[in-house]
Amino acid sequence: MSERANWNEFLIGAVIRVIGFSTIGFVILIFFFLLQQGAPALTQTSPGEFLGTRWYPTLELYGMLPLLLGSLLVTATAIVIALPLGVATAVYVREVAPSWAREILKPLIEVLAGIPSVVLGFFGMTMLAPFLRETLNLPTGLTAFTGALILAYMALPTMTSVAEDALDAVPKSYRDAALAMGATRWQTIWRVSVPAARTGIMTAVMLGIGRAMGETMVVLMVTGNAARMPTTWNSLFLPVRTMTATIAAEMGEVAAGSAHYHVLFFIGILLFVITFMINLAAAPAILAKRRRGGLR
Amino acid sequence: MREFFYDFSRAAIALALVGAALSSCARPDAANENGKTDGEIVIENKGSDTMVNLALVWAEEYMTRQPNVRLSVTGGGSGTGIAALMNGTVDLANASRSMKAVEFQAARARGYTPQEFIVARDAIAVVVHPSNPVNGLTIQQLADIYTGKITNWQAVGGADRPIVLLSRESNSGTYVYFLEHVIRQGDEQSHLLFSPETLLMPSSEGISAEVRQNPNAIGYDGLGYVTPDQKMLGLARRDGDEYILPSVEAVNAATYPIARPLFIYTVNEPTGAIKAYLDWILSDGQALIPQLGFVPLH
Repeated sequence: MSERANWNEFLIGAVIRVIGFSTIGFVILIFFFLLQQGAPALTQTSPGEFLGTRWYPTLELYGMLPLLLGSLLVTATAIVIALPLGVATAVYVREVAPSWAREILKPLIEVLAGIPSVVLGFFGMTMLAPFLRETLNLPTGLTAFTGALILAYMALPTMTSVAEDALDAVPKSYRDAALAMGATRWQTIWRVSVPAARTGIMTAVMLGIGRAMGETMVVLMVTGNAARMPTTWNSLFLPVRTMTATIAAEMGEVAAGSAHYHVLFFIGILLFVITFMINLAAAPAILAKRRRGGLR
Repeated sequence: MREFFYDFSRAAIALALVGAALSSCARPDAANENGKTDGEIVIENKGSDTMVNLALVWAEEYMTRQPNVRLSVTGGGSGTGIAALMNGTVDLANASRSMKAVEFQAARARGYTPQEFIVARDAIAVVVHPSNPVNGLTIQQLADIYTGKITNWQAVGGADRPIVLLSRESNSGTYVYFLEHVIRQGDEQSHLLFSPETLLMPSSEGISAEVRQNPNAIGYDGLGYVTPDQKMLGLARRDGDEYILPSVEAVNAATYPIARPLFIYTVNEPTGAIKAYLDWILSDGQALIPQLGFVPLH
C-alpha cells in the first residue's frame, strides 16, 4: 500500500518536473529558432545599415533606429503613466480599503488583464484616437501617446497585483512599530510600507516594461506605424512605429528566406534580448522578495 | 496562484508557437494534390487584399456552377500570395502588382515558370475627409504631398491644416504601385521615397476609419474599397488638365491617371480544373467585376 503511494508520488512528481522543465526547454528552442532565422540577416545585408534611420524594407533599407526608439518611447511613457497608478491602486487595495472592498477589487483587477488586446486596440482606434486628436488639437490621434495610454492600462493589472503582493509581504510588525511611534496612517504607508516593498515594486515595473514592450496588436492599431525618428520634442504626440508592430505587419507578407525575412527575425532577437535583460535586471529583486517570503 | 498563471501563459505561448511552426511544416503541397482526390477538386487561392472580395465573389459563383470544385480564398497581400505560390501551398496567387524580378528568379530556381494573367483592372482612388474643400490634385502635387514636400493643405488650396499621410503597409501591391507611378512617376532612376511621416495602416479599413474621422488625412486605396463617407479627389496628369474622378468609365477611357491591372499567377502553364477556372474568370467571370468597383477587361 505504502509502496504504491510512493510510486504514485514519484510519478506525479516526475510529470510535474517534466512539464516545468519543458517550459524552459521551449524558451531555449525558441531562442535557437530565432537565432537560426535571424543570423543570416547579418550576412545578407551590411549590419551597419541597421543603425540607419530609414526603414523601407521593400526598397532594402533596413534602418532599425526609428523602430527601436519608437518601442522605447512608447514603453517608457506607458510605464511613467502606469507606475504611480499601479502603486497607488496597490496601496489602496492593500492598506486602505476595507476588507469587503478588497474582496471585490482584487478579482476585478485580475479581470482587467483578461481583456483581449485587439478589443482595446479597436477601442483606441475608434474612440481614443479621435478624442485625443480633438482635445489636444493634434494632426492625427494615432500617436505614440495613444499607444502608451492603452499599454499603461494593459500593464496596470500586472503591476498592481505584483506591487500588492510586495506590500503584503511587508511584515505586520513594521506597521505596528510605525503606528506605535505615533506615525499617521499616511506616514506609515509612505515612509514604511512602500519603501519596505520597493524590491517588489521594482519587479512590478520590470514586468510592466516587459508587457508593454512585447505588446503588438494595440500598437499596430493605434500608433500609426510611421517609421519616423522620434527625436523632436513633440514626438510623443506624433505617430511612431514599434519593433513588434513591424514584425506583425510585415512577417505575414514577406517572401520566406529573403533578406527582409531574416531582418524581421533579427528584430525578434533584439526584442528577446531586451526583454531578457529586463527580466535579468529584475531577478535580484524577485529573489530578495522570495528570501523574505517566509513571513507571507 | 498568480505565478501559476504566468507560467501557464508562457507555456501556452510556447505551445502556440510550436503549433504554428508544426502546422506550417505539415502543410500539404496543395499544388500536387489536385486531381488526385476523386470527385472533389480543391483550388487554393491566396494573395492581394485588394482582390480578396473579387476573388471570393468569383469563387462563390464558380462553385455554384461547378459543384465538384472547391475554392478556398484568403488574403494577406500580394507578396504573401506569391510567396505561398512558390512554397507550393496555393494554386493561384492574386496580385495587385506584377511579380518582381527577384520573385521570378526565385520561382525559376525552384523549377517553376510562373504564368501571369491580367484578370481585371483597378483605379486607385485618393480619398480625404468629406469636409476637406480640396477637389482635385495633379499627380505632381500628390507626389509632393507623399514625399513630404507639401505638408499643409493650404499649399494645394485647402484650409490651414497639417496633412496626415496614410498608406497601406509596404508589402501591399497598392503601396508599390503608388510608389512607382505617383511618387516616382514611372521614372526607374528615381530614388524618391514615401515621407517617413507616412502612417502605414495594416488594412484598408484602417485607412477608411482614419479618413472618415480626421479632416487632416489623405489616403489612397483601390476604388472598390472607397465607402460613401469618404471624399474622392479628382486627379490630373499635369497642371492645367481637367481633374478626373475615378470611375469605371474613366479607366476604360484611359483618362484617369492611376489605374493598374490586377493579376492572377500560376506556377506553371495551368491545366485541368485550374485552367477551366481561369478561362471562366476571363470570360463569364468578367460580368461580376463592376459590382465590386473594379473595371472589367472588356
